[in-house]
Amino acid sequence: MDIDIDKLYKEIKNGNENKIAKAISMVEDGTKNALKLMEKVYKNVEPSYMVGISGPPGSGKSTLTQRIVQLWRKEDIKVGIIAIDPTSHFSGGALLGDRIRMNEIATDSGVFIRSMATRGSMGGLNSSIYDTVLLFSLAGYDYIIIETVGVGQNEIDIVKLADTTIFVTVPEAGDEIQAYKAGLMEVGDIFVVNKSDRPNSQQMVLTIEQLVSFKEGKDIWKPPVLSTNALKNEGVSNINKWINKHHTYLKDNNLLQKSRKNVIKAQMINLMEKTLNEKYIKPVLKDKKFEKYIDLIYEKKEDPYTVIEKLLLN
Amino acid sequence: MEKKIKVLIAKPGLDGHDRGAKVIARGLKEAGMEVVYTGLRQTPEQIVRSAVQEDVDVIGLSILSGAHTYLFPEIMKRLKDANRDDIAVIAGGIIPEDDHTELKELGIKAVFQPGTPISDIVDFIKNEVN
Repeated sequence: MDIDIDKLYKEIKNGNENKIAKAISMVEDGTKNALKLMEKVYKNVEPSYMVGISGPPGSGKSTLTQRIVQLWRKEDIKVGIIAIDPTSHFSGGALLGDRIRMNEIATDSGVFIRSMATRGSMGGLNSSIYDTVLLFSLAGYDYIIIETVGVGQNEIDIVKLADTTIFVTVPEAGDEIQAYKAGLMEVGDIFVVNKSDRPNSQQMVLTIEQLVSFKEGKDIWKPPVLSTNALKNEGVSNINKWINKHHTYLKDNNLLQKSRKNVIKAQMINLMEKTLNEKYIKPVLKDKKFEKYIDLIYEKKEDPYTVIEKLLLN
Repeated sequence: MEKKIKVLIAKPGLDGHDRGAKVIARGLKEAGMEVVYTGLRQTPEQIVRSAVQEDVDVIGLSILSGAHTYLFPEIMKRLKDANRDDIAVIAGGIIPEDDHTELKELGIKAVFQPGTPISDIVDFIKNEVN
């Protein structure tokens, strides 16, 4: 069904929630209309400031998101939230539960919350996340929060989208921090140790400070390590302050431009992978020959490299 | 990518627990649906706004308190006001059979009783959406 793209574009721009929501679904489902809409969006819309919030399950990401947004709302800043939860590899379904901790902002007219499943079939980033950022930007949301569980490469790719990335953890996560070191610790711009009323929270702050303190140099961003209690709303205003500082730092050092170009590059790679998958890999998987080749490789009559040449490169 | 069925599981009113709602949410997830769950004690306003922003195909209302004849009409009215009365609404929990006709007249597509196999609900939703 063809729809009037210019009309839809205007309705989104006017902040029509039904239309914004419908447009995001179109993008998620990859419909033909979505491609037409996004063509116009990419050529006209400047993305709003993106803040990524990541961290292990149960560290308080959604509660902190709610607190940060409440502070912005006092300044009449409009916020779009993309709350991402993983898709099950087995069923293809997903349980999206981030709204449970955002009830206090759920009816605020200046806040739009959209839950999203990772979906991504090839292990790459779900390309509809950045498209949703652009749709929120078109609709006039000043800040966009992308919230995701901080485990795995997928999630690291998601937080790389953001201009400022906040990594949330808890005092008990000592051993986990070791595991996160190589990945998320490198992309965090602000670290938060939440649940500061628990034992050893100060120790956790020190541990993270040591991990990030190797970065030296005059114009290099040194990530702060903040202590908060999101439930009691303690220390949260510090996060907002540091988001602003990081924003200023990016602008002053002309890094915003660079980071935005990197996002476009990542989005291009995602979309190319998606296209290749749809156009070349999926048809092969459906082809009966494919199963026969699996048998042949199992029976040691063929090898994967030669088979791929035959299946894809001819 | 193929179209995924998206469902909002919502608990209106003052129920003390949400065991049933969580079981349904998990069951639908395992049937390949994307399920948004918003937690206990939701107002009709919160439920409808979540449904609009999430652009769900189906809303599943779970209620144990007996306030369904008071809360459901308000939800249906707000859905209509939001121009989203195309979303299919189903209900479950402790809802006496005497009230089923009244709820169906409101536009609620089905009322599921305790003990309903999840596969029945899955089939109903798939049928309703397609």
